[in-house]
Amino acid sequence: MKGTYLGEFEEVVLLAVAIRSGDAYGVAVVNEIEQQMGRSVSLGAVHSALNRLQEKGLVDSELGGATAERGGRRKRLYTVTAYGRRALEEVRQLRNQMWAAIPQTTWS
Amino acid sequence: MNRNPPPRPVGPRWATYLLHGLCPPHRAEELAGDLDELFQQRIGEVGLRRARWRYVRDVFSLLRPSLLRREVTVYPKPTHTDMLRNYLTIAMRTLGRNKGYSAINIGGLAMGMTVAMLIGLWVYDELSFNKSFRHHDRIAQLWQFVTFDVEKSSYDVLPMPLADELRRNYPDFDNVSLAVTRNVILATGDQTFTQAGKYVEPGFASLFSLNLLSGTPSALADINSILLSESLAKTVFGSASPLDKLIRVDNKRDVKVAGVYQDFPANSAFNEVTFLAPWTLLVAIEEEAKRDQNQWDSNSYEIFAQLKPGADADLVSAKIKDIRMKRDNPPGYKPEFFLHPISKWHLYHDFKDGVNTGGLITFVWLFGAIGVIVLLLACINFMNLSTARSEKRAKEVGIRKAVGSVRSQLIAQFFSESLLIAMLAFVLALAAAQLLLPLFNQVAEKRVTMLWGNPWFWLAGLGFSVLTGLIAGTYPALYLSSFQPVKVLKGKFRVSRFAAVPRRVLVGFQFTVSVMLIIGTIIVFRQIEHAKSRPVGYSRSGLIEIPMKTPELYGHYESMRNDLLETRAITEMAESSNSITVQYGGTTDISWEGKNPTTKPLVMSNFVSHDYGKTVGWQLMAGRDFSRAYSTDTASLILNKAAVELMGLKDPIGAPIKRGGRTYSVIGVVNDMIKEDPFKPISPSFFALSYTNVNTINVKLSPQLATGEALAKVEQVFKTYSPDAPFDYKFVDDVFAKKFGTEERIGRLAGVFAILAILISCLGLFGLASFIAEQRTKEIGIRKVLGASVFTVWRLLSREFVLLVMIAFCLAAPLAYYVLSDWLQNYQYRTELSWWIFALAGLGALAVTLLTVSFQAIKAALLDPVKSLRSE
Repeated sequence: MKGTYLGEFEEVVLLAVAIRSGDAYGVAVVNEIEQQMGRSVSLGAVHSALNRLQEKGLVDSELGGATAERGGRRKRLYTVTAYGRRALEEVRQLRNQMWAAIPQTTWS
Repeated sequence: MNRNPPPRPVGPRWATYLLHGLCPPHRAEELAGDLDELFQQRIGEVGLRRARWRYVRDVFSLLRPSLLRREVTVYPKPTHTDMLRNYLTIAMRTLGRNKGYSAINIGGLAMGMTVAMLIGLWVYDELSFNKSFRHHDRIAQLWQFVTFDVEKSSYDVLPMPLADELRRNYPDFDNVSLAVTRNVILATGDQTFTQAGKYVEPGFASLFSLNLLSGTPSALADINSILLSESLAKTVFGSASPLDKLIRVDNKRDVKVAGVYQDFPANSAFNEVTFLAPWTLLVAIEEEAKRDQNQWDSNSYEIFAQLKPGADADLVSAKIKDIRMKRDNPPGYKPEFFLHPISKWHLYHDFKDGVNTGGLITFVWLFGAIGVIVLLLACINFMNLSTARSEKRAKEVGIRKAVGSVRSQLIAQFFSESLLIAMLAFVLALAAAQLLLPLFNQVAEKRVTMLWGNPWFWLAGLGFSVLTGLIAGTYPALYLSSFQPVKVLKGKFRVSRFAAVPRRVLVGFQFTVSVMLIIGTIIVFRQIEHAKSRPVGYSRSGLIEIPMKTPELYGHYESMRNDLLETRAITEMAESSNSITVQYGGTTDISWEGKNPTTKPLVMSNFVSHDYGKTVGWQLMAGRDFSRAYSTDTASLILNKAAVELMGLKDPIGAPIKRGGRTYSVIGVVNDMIKEDPFKPISPSFFALSYTNVNTINVKLSPQLATGEALAKVEQVFKTYSPDAPFDYKFVDDVFAKKFGTEERIGRLAGVFAILAILISCLGLFGLASFIAEQRTKEIGIRKVLGASVFTVWRLLSREFVLLVMIAFCLAAPLAYYVLSDWLQNYQYRTELSWWIFALAGLGALAVTLLTVSFQAIKAALLDPVKSLRSE
């Protein structure tokens, strides 16, 4: 099911949007990911992922006000939708469920 | 102190441009902002150079398909027909609101399309000539070049034995057939008909893919049979079956109808052939043909041939060129045989000194060009009027945009309007062409039909209409739709000063063409008049000629003449070899004192009876006419002026002339008579007495009697001598007039086209003038309030157009001069290109322009300024 499947990078981006809630736009997401994961990502990859998430209905967006630091250009602010939040929770629950299923002996 | 902050560093500009160029507008701002913010941030982190580098990398990372996709229109998508229907409704309303413009626009375009359609059909007909034969790519006719004097002349008649020679010794031919056209009297029961048909060899049927409706093609091998065309069979036998019926040919021999074939198509070389008779029959009934069977120097017969597949006509021509010269006794005129392929018979019929110089193809080009030009004129009108009108609609565009139209919708709307007009014009043109076709066929002497079933016709017609619509619609669609609604609605919108330039150029072009066509028409008519008023050298009034087709007409000269004179219906009668309006046959076997022995000039031979001179009323310039009082006149000749000039005789009377081994003496000189092409100089000719070598009776009707009465009396006498032959007379006047057929046809067509071109131009001018007058209503009102007179206003509005016509005339005059002097070079006897013709054409164009424009100008000038200024 293409509609609900959440890729790894998409998951990361979606989490970053959630973290920066209220001020999640392209650059903020890039910075958040770089900071959290310690690796550099390209702006194109982030925007493309945001675009996909929006098409799937996991995030919503609207144009914010103009700011001087961007040469007067407006930014597009993303917010996680309820559906997006449920998707994140499902992923997390799945992980936890699978973690719990690992026999204790495996790690000894 | 510098109060401006230092300029912010920005990322590489080219990368930014790239982004703006490729990214959809709804994303560009956001992305550029992100890029810039990241860039500023990175300068601090990693330095300017690396920041720039990463900027570029990010730009490229953004150029991915998912991000480049354009925004889907935010408009709901109604079903397509809804929107199209709306466009059509609006277009119809626009047309209805401006009825005058719409009529001019559609009418003008339809007129141009009609002309183009008719010309297109004509050109198609000409180009498809002779294409109906199955093997039309391999058929050729034998021709020969002969050298009488210096120049090579070309003839399509050849010696009879050549056909056998080709069949026997040249394997390149699949099929060879002799043929000859004769006007034959066909009699069955008590009916007689004079019909043109061909005597042919059996191979002819398969050569020209004869479509037999009944009977067998082998009939052409049977001397006692004849094949009739379907139409002739109908006229002769009606609905009864013609098969096995007996027909008497030239009152000499009875033959049986062995078959009926489908008529040759109207656009083929044999469209006048109504029957086919076996060659053996010709040999049996014509003494000459019998004698010519082995004569290599009697050139009177056509030979048609079909080449083997893959054989090249030029190579075969080279092989057969010298057949005659390689045989015994090669003649002095050095014949060179060659093949003239069927594709060139109709359109490339002319040769000059051994080289093909075209022929009708000139007219195909000429009329093709005229058709294209007339159509172009109509299109120009259409465009001019559409663009002029469209400026009025700027406000409409503004409101539409303000209400929420997007550009693509406006473009579609303007295009659908112009396409609608073009389509209406096309439908009108189809109807007009169908209605005018009979008239056109009459003028052009054609049998053209509309190609309703031909997909190419429809493709060309519709394709053209769409193209016209698109071109005419481009300006309003692309230019007007780009207006910014705020400016237009504020009234700030001004058409730039140069917007009218293309329109002026187009109107100028229209008038250049019109003036050229006027000049051309005048010159063509002057040329015809010039040749018509040339002295013919004999009197045509009341002169009739009757071909002597049946044997009974021969050998009764004296008694017949006496009988005819007794009726008092005629003033004189004579017999001659051939009609006075043609010149068949000449000889190079003629010499005189002082002749240069190396040249072999052709002198035309004419055989006449004693009374010929009195009958045709030739003009003796020196010496005397033939007379029964001198028995020596059988060895006398009368020369024409051209012959005396050719021979350089100082004192022609009594000069000895050797011809065919006998010596004749010249007894008289007559003024030149136009027997051949009236545009060419007259050939040197001689007249000799003969009562056997004749085939035409010439009769001068008495002016005392009414023509009908006189003819009835002549017919009565005629019937007593030859009761079976139809009394088949022709007025020399009529036959002579036919010599101008081609020129008159061109003149008529050129005249019609010139009138149409001018009419179309004027329509456009009318529309444009009224538009300009309307646009300047307020200006005119203010001028009038300030004291301008009607004349001033009229001058104001007319000046521009008069100037245009004058410029057009300056362009057209030299062009017309060049083209027409070139055309006149074709004629050795030609009129002059006088200056007054050009002046007349120029004045005519000016007068027409002024009339057209003045109507609108005066109307505008007479308008009450109170009315025009009150409403705002």
